[in-house]
Amino acid sequence: MTSQPADLRVIRARRSFSENAWRTLKTAPFTAWLGMIIILVYAIAALFAPWIAPFGESEIVGKQYLPPSAEFWFGTDQIGRDMFSRVIYGARNTIGIALATTLLSFIIGGTLGVLTALKRGWLDQTISRIVDAFLAIPVLIFALMLLAVFGKSVLLLILILALLDSTRVFRLARATALNVVVMDYVESARLRGEGTGWIIFKEILPNILPPMITEFGLRFCFVFLTISALSFLGVGIQPPTADWGSMVAESKTLITFGRAQPLIPAACIAILTVGVNFVVDWFLHKTSGLRE
Amino acid sequence: MHPVLRTVLQRLGLGLLTLFIVSIVIFMSLELLPGGFAEAILGQGATPETVAAFNKEIGLDRPAYVRYVEWIAGVVRGDFGSSYAGLGGSIKRSVTEMIAPRLYNTFFLAIVTAIFAVPLSLFLGVMAALYRNSFYDRTVNAVTLTTIAAPEFFIAYILMFIFAVKLRWFYPTSTVSESTGFVEHLYRAALPAITLTLVIVAHMMRMTRAAIINLLASPYIEMAQLKGIPNREVIMKHALPNAWAPIATVIAFNLAYLVVGVVVVEVVFVYPGIGQLMVDSVSSRDMPVVQACALIFAATYILLNLSADIVSIITNPRLLHPK
Amino acid sequence: MSTEKKRVKGEVLLEIRGLKIEGSSDGVWHPIVKGVDLTLRRGEVLGLIGESGAGKSTIGLAAMGFARPGCRIVDGSIVFDGIDLRAASDEALRELRGSRIAYVAQSAAASFNPAHRLIEQTVETAVRHGIKSRADAEADARDLYKRLQLPKPDTIGDRYPHQVSGGQLQRAMTAMAMSCRPDLIIFDEPTTALDVTTQVEVLAAMRDIVEQFNTAAIYITHDLAVVAQMAHRIMVLRHGKEVEQAPTREMLKEPKEDYTKTLWAVRKLGKPESISDDIVLRVHEVDASYGPGMKVLDNVTVQLPRGRTVAVVGESGSGKSTLARAITGLLPPTKGEIYFNGKPLPRALKDRDKDTLRRIQMIYQSADTSLNPRQTIRDLIGRPIEFYLGLKGAECDRRVVKLLEAIELSEHYIDRLPGELSGGQKQRISIARALAAEPEIIICDEVTSALDQIVQEEILTLLMRLQKETNVSYLFITHDIATVRAISDEIVVMHQGKVVQQGPKTKVLNPPYPAYTELLLSSVPEMDPDWLTRLLEKRAAKSREKA
Repeated sequence: MTSQPADLRVIRARRSFSENAWRTLKTAPFTAWLGMIIILVYAIAALFAPWIAPFGESEIVGKQYLPPSAEFWFGTDQIGRDMFSRVIYGARNTIGIALATTLLSFIIGGTLGVLTALKRGWLDQTISRIVDAFLAIPVLIFALMLLAVFGKSVLLLILILALLDSTRVFRLARATALNVVVMDYVESARLRGEGTGWIIFKEILPNILPPMITEFGLRFCFVFLTISALSFLGVGIQPPTADWGSMVAESKTLITFGRAQPLIPAACIAILTVGVNFVVDWFLHKTSGLRE
Repeated sequence: MHPVLRTVLQRLGLGLLTLFIVSIVIFMSLELLPGGFAEAILGQGATPETVAAFNKEIGLDRPAYVRYVEWIAGVVRGDFGSSYAGLGGSIKRSVTEMIAPRLYNTFFLAIVTAIFAVPLSLFLGVMAALYRNSFYDRTVNAVTLTTIAAPEFFIAYILMFIFAVKLRWFYPTSTVSESTGFVEHLYRAALPAITLTLVIVAHMMRMTRAAIINLLASPYIEMAQLKGIPNREVIMKHALPNAWAPIATVIAFNLAYLVVGVVVVEVVFVYPGIGQLMVDSVSSRDMPVVQACALIFAATYILLNLSADIVSIITNPRLLHPK
Repeated sequence: MSTEKKRVKGEVLLEIRGLKIEGSSDGVWHPIVKGVDLTLRRGEVLGLIGESGAGKSTIGLAAMGFARPGCRIVDGSIVFDGIDLRAASDEALRELRGSRIAYVAQSAAASFNPAHRLIEQTVETAVRHGIKSRADAEADARDLYKRLQLPKPDTIGDRYPHQVSGGQLQRAMTAMAMSCRPDLIIFDEPTTALDVTTQVEVLAAMRDIVEQFNTAAIYITHDLAVVAQMAHRIMVLRHGKEVEQAPTREMLKEPKEDYTKTLWAVRKLGKPESISDDIVLRVHEVDASYGPGMKVLDNVTVQLPRGRTVAVVGESGSGKSTLARAITGLLPPTKGEIYFNGKPLPRALKDRDKDTLRRIQMIYQSADTSLNPRQTIRDLIGRPIEFYLGLKGAECDRRVVKLLEAIELSEHYIDRLPGELSGGQKQRISIARALAAEPEIIICDEVTSALDQIVQEEILTLLMRLQKETNVSYLFITHDIATVRAISDEIVVMHQGKVVQQGPKTKVLNPPYPAYTELLLSSVPEMDPDWLTRLLEKRAAKSREKA
């Protein structure tokens, strides 16, 4: 209706991509900037862990449970490894695994979602029903059960979580694609005689990208938290790999002695997800045009 | 048949079907590794004889569908079979007996949390929607975003660190037993309940806010304002009757979330609930217990979503008053 | 009470001076209404007319002291019966709204609360403001339903909004507005969403009741012919400013401003019909359905001569858009045959070869949904050239530029995205895309319905010029009789999935008519302030004759 009068729709002048990007960034709120800086710091820690960390990932450097000192900034863990180095290596492992899982989940869920939205029919019905059944089981519970059956291995962890999470991606991809598929420009491409490939890659995909990118951020957070929870419960990423979830579990007894060390890896998890959420929140506001 | 009744029955049927499929999925998960499983459980010292004996004991020598029917028939009667923990030993431990007291503890925790969290978050969410973009709204938005993003165990340990270790208001671990009195139980479950409340309120409040804002954007709300109806009455008479469905969905979604959040929080506070039992059983690969827990979690989850849908159906004026 | 005093005619009821309203977009405030003056006397109906974005609705709401979220009144005064609405407290405004100033919205279906019965919502204001007891208010509501000629006035109030039709809802909303006998009613495009035959009834009912109670009204619309029936005085708005203002008859007879003249001119566009026997497309006894029992085309036969325009007219649900889907192969017919250049056309889209597809192109109602917002103009127009004609690179670009010239757009637009163009420019791009395939037939599905009147005329003129140049045939689907008059050679009238009539324009538009054609044609508002009165008299006389 008259929510936006026509005379507000000023015809935009053309700007180059980098100009646009910079303009957008300049108007970003403080929280979004904070989020982007957090993500950047984590990315650097993950990529350059061996150069940044003072000690090796599973190198035993001192006594057990040493308190923080000039040498060991975060102290040492239950077998005398440097917590600070392990926190840095943890960035690489935990984020890497979560990222791989999310990517896989998007490849599976996204492809199937767009395809079923386009083709409809019995395939859509079948896949949608199966996905509905999977959605009826919470991911953490399902993952726990499957890990009980298959045993603990990182590859399996990635596969299981990616499969479970892809059901959520599927739902979103299908729903967004359905909104695009009913558009006249898709019908127009069909009438022109275009093949499925053109319709998916040229007509649909560019239009579902913004919501999918937002969802990627949110799914990454979810997967990241689930993996951390599983590791914390002792069935996720296994020792001696440095990982934030299991580091909390390994040193949790320190809490009862009034020492805050176990909170450090937990805080690492929290800060990253908060950062990603801040960026996603801003992106959502930008793309959905929400003006409350 | 009245359309409401028909739709409710359809939805119930769908719920049952989902439950059935989920039970098959849970049962089948054990079938995925039939050969190697015995070896994995029995360890490296397993001989072909012990493996065969193990397989026979857990019934792997019979066809899967027979075992499924037996299992599900047992489940319906409340019998989840025997734990692997007692396999080969003299006493078979009944899974049901293991689960029952813990299920009570978990529901105790969940209900206590829900009693506080649901009204609180509905109130906070509605306020944020009514006063949107105010200082209150922005603050609450930033705080809840942070709470949602933090892992449950982070919040749990911070609370434990402050209130149990430093201030000593609570015990750091929440051990309860069947002999624990109600008030004592409440006291010991306080920290886990507060942790869960924080997480749930954040989620639920944000969803409530979004749902209410969506509702208030309806043209009939603007119409009510243009009719000169006072704001309070606009909300009570025009928004509320249409709000049950979205609110029910929000509540169900978050209670379902609560059910899962319970697992981690129970482990942190060593609270003897079904979540902790499930994690222990996963580590020891005690499959009958794992399956029972998974089925209970999934059933709760499905039932919650089912009730939300049914609330939506029975409050939908288009179904209540067909053409 | 001073009820009697309130009804004195001629006294100034509403006075708006220098009204300025801003709207926010992306956190920046833009002016929407840029200083408007307006005076309304008791019992007077003022028509506010203008194109989308002229600020009509915003002014209408401001007359109630209301600004939508995202809008704010920044300057000017709004004085209603001696009360300064901008200075009035929320409480005072609430007292006025509904009781002394009422609002009738465009979409009655969305503006009624789905959870309450009609009568409950009708009497709510009167009871809430303490004007009437519930029993009195309900009795009065039933009386109003009757005056508004709603069927079963005694019981229709017990129904829920989704249980009655759109036209009935709009009348129920008028009853709701009338419940407190307000001094002023704001009608905000109340018939825009209705079919023409329904619109007549609603217009008549609304005009009648406003006259009966001597209520002042602001009638907002974009349709000149409609406002001519309803208003004593018309104010033309553009870009948030007044263009001119005059009594209705004066304004219709001699508009002063150029802009107003262009609004009037649209209806004068017309081309002489020209008949041809060279049939390029023949739809022969076709049935189509969306599933068992959902037949939408019933034994439809339509002919399209080469280089001519056949207009398919009908109301919503007449099957006119389905006809387009059947011809394009999106909805294969269940019976009958479609002949293209004398040969039967494969029924389903997937069975047609590329060259056949090329020859039949389509243009949609909304360029917003028919142009992919992520593709540049080069991609949009270039794709059919590349796909059908195999031209690539610079050669393809040259062709795109040529087509841009043909639709009167500069070549600078080639790298733009559709979002950077105006509505009319976008529709031109759709036309260029269809032309790029060098088709024999273009199906135009309500191509001008979403556009403002001046732009409509430009697009229609362009289409006619292109037809002359390329000898393309148009199957022009529309609900707008004025458009039909303007451009068609032949007309097909459809009703409930059947063809009522096909023939040359002059024949269909002149008597003798089949019953439905007469109803449809006579329901189209004309730019004559007495049209509605005459029509109602004629219809009344006819029904007396029958009785």
